[in-house]
Amino acid sequence: MTAVIEVNDLTKTYKDKNALDRVSLAIEGGAIYGLLGRNGAGKTTLMSILTAQNFATSGEVSVFGEHPYENARVLSRICFVRESQKYPDDATPRHAFAAARLFFANWDQQLAERLVEDFQLPMKQTIKKLSRGQLSAVGVIIGLASRAELTFFDEPYLGLDAVARQIFYDRLLEDYVEHPRTIILSSHLIDEVANLIERVIVIDNGQILLNEETDAVRDRAVTVVGDAARVDSWVGDREVLHRESLGRVASVTVLGRLSDAERAEVAASGLDLAPVSLQQLIVRLTQRAGSTTQEVR
Amino acid sequence: MIDDGRPLFLQIAETIEESILDGTLAEESQAPSTNELAAFYRINPATAAKGVTVLTDKGILLKRRGIGMFVAAGAREALLRERRSAFADRYIDPLLAEARALGLRADDLAALLRERAASATTEGNPA
Repeated sequence: MTAVIEVNDLTKTYKDKNALDRVSLAIEGGAIYGLLGRNGAGKTTLMSILTAQNFATSGEVSVFGEHPYENARVLSRICFVRESQKYPDDATPRHAFAAARLFFANWDQQLAERLVEDFQLPMKQTIKKLSRGQLSAVGVIIGLASRAELTFFDEPYLGLDAVARQIFYDRLLEDYVEHPRTIILSSHLIDEVANLIERVIVIDNGQILLNEETDAVRDRAVTVVGDAARVDSWVGDREVLHRESLGRVASVTVLGRLSDAERAEVAASGLDLAPVSLQQLIVRLTQRAGSTTQEVR
Repeated sequence: MIDDGRPLFLQIAETIEESILDGTLAEESQAPSTNELAAFYRINPATAAKGVTVLTDKGILLKRRGIGMFVAAGAREALLRERRSAFADRYIDPLLAEARALGLRADDLAALLRERAASATTEGNPA
């Protein structure tokens, strides 16, 4: 498989702050990626540079093997659903979809109409007067129905309730199965998207902290709970991501995959093992990264 | 499917194995496709495919070109053999560890086991 996106030594500086700090990344086609990280980590900056809506300070970016800037050949194959998408003042959802239909060659009108019904979107109201959730629905519908070869969803769920978000995840998966393409989903609701994404990319402080197959990350860490002295002696010199204690009981999250023999050994010494969710793992990893750079205690 | 923190593809493979063991998925019947699994469990299709591959590698599922996935003949027997050999590690060892922690000896445990098994058979056989 060839890389759809290649990023080489990319830096973006705003005044004196590096929003992206020498990022290098290759993204292969035909998968759903999760682009995760804290607010201000650089996710939106990266996506806007990849879609030619922002300029790099230095470094190279190539999409479909070409420079995206003012390149209609590349841009016509990309759909970027951004959280703060602006529409003309008097535009209705009907206008927005008509414009998208003209721009995107693979636009599926039937899918768009079905999604309008799913989200119960009022078609004749101006977008300006829509609720936050309805505004997000407009973006989600364009993102799915455009069927662009490369689709970015930047926190597409703002204002969507749990039911509407589930509709989005279900329709995304359904349509992706029928029409495989490259989807990059940026989200803070990590547990909600954990099972949808094939690869997880975590960005922190403008740098790539993790870029791995999601399933391989799932048993990367484990939490051991039990008598503090026994927990600590078991932990030994393993890398600790997090430790908390209550009286004589300690709960320690360590990095590293356990073999069946190690699991049996933990159970035999009267300690309990608990899985670490993708969300917990990312929270711990970003906290650790933060504390090594800032010496926070 | 209850998420126990292990890789999802293994959990998917095990879920299919359970269905074969309890007879929901009969031998030589058609198994769910990767896409059906992805939609049902709401997981990435690549992950579902990886779970299916675990079972085709083990010879539990067979791919028939152009038709789909089928449960192999003898799959249930093979799974039973595998589960039986893992039974002691998976169930007896933790049971012994817990018994030891509670001050129960192996003999006490054996007596308990017989007692419970007896009452389970009488309850299980109303006729």
